[in-house]
Amino acid sequence: MVSRTPAWKRYNWRVIWLSLAYAVFLIAAVYGFKHQLVTGPAAYVVAILPALPIVGIFGAIGRYLVEEQDEYVRMLMVRQTLWASGFTLSLATVWGFLDNFQLVGHIEGYWIVVVWYFGLAIGGLANKVSVGESGC
Amino acid sequence: MNNRLRILRAERGWSQQDLAERLDVSRQSVNAIETGKYDPSLPLAFRIAELFDQAIEEIFVSPSRHSSKAI
Repeated sequence: MVSRTPAWKRYNWRVIWLSLAYAVFLIAAVYGFKHQLVTGPAAYVVAILPALPIVGIFGAIGRYLVEEQDEYVRMLMVRQTLWASGFTLSLATVWGFLDNFQLVGHIEGYWIVVVWYFGLAIGGLANKVSVGESGC
Repeated sequence: MNNRLRILRAERGWSQQDLAERLDVSRQSVNAIETGKYDPSLPLAFRIAELFDQAIEEIFVSPSRHSSKAI
């Protein structure tokens, strides 16, 4: 976890708004499909709607890294995202082969985002272990 | 990188937070630099040196010189 710098506060607000948008879009999409209100090309648009705020959160992380003026705090966040990406890619690769040989069940692709966020927590822990108090 | 930041700060009676505010960085940054867990960029090293009115090499110990002395 990084400091409460102005850039971090802006990032948090962006994530809050995007999370709210995600909830609204997801509920709307589920409702639309459940009641067969969307068909044809519109169905593709509605299906993609909940994904857009999640993509936006990745953009918000990128924006945060650009806006963060504290170089040390920025470095911690970069390390966290590298941990998250490495963890997610490794797990996805391992799971992909297990799935390919039908040793495990198939998982929906969007779970990769959940794993990536879990990876961020691992990255935060790695920061804490490697730099101690300075990594809080 | 070893440095004299903690000593210089203590001489002025500043807390890590005081120094962080003067440098416009977080307290974690000051702590990480003081404990040698993070090497500041050249612009930040200059800001630190200018704040204490000293040359960079008077505050930060050159890793290459430090290791050559050890040899």
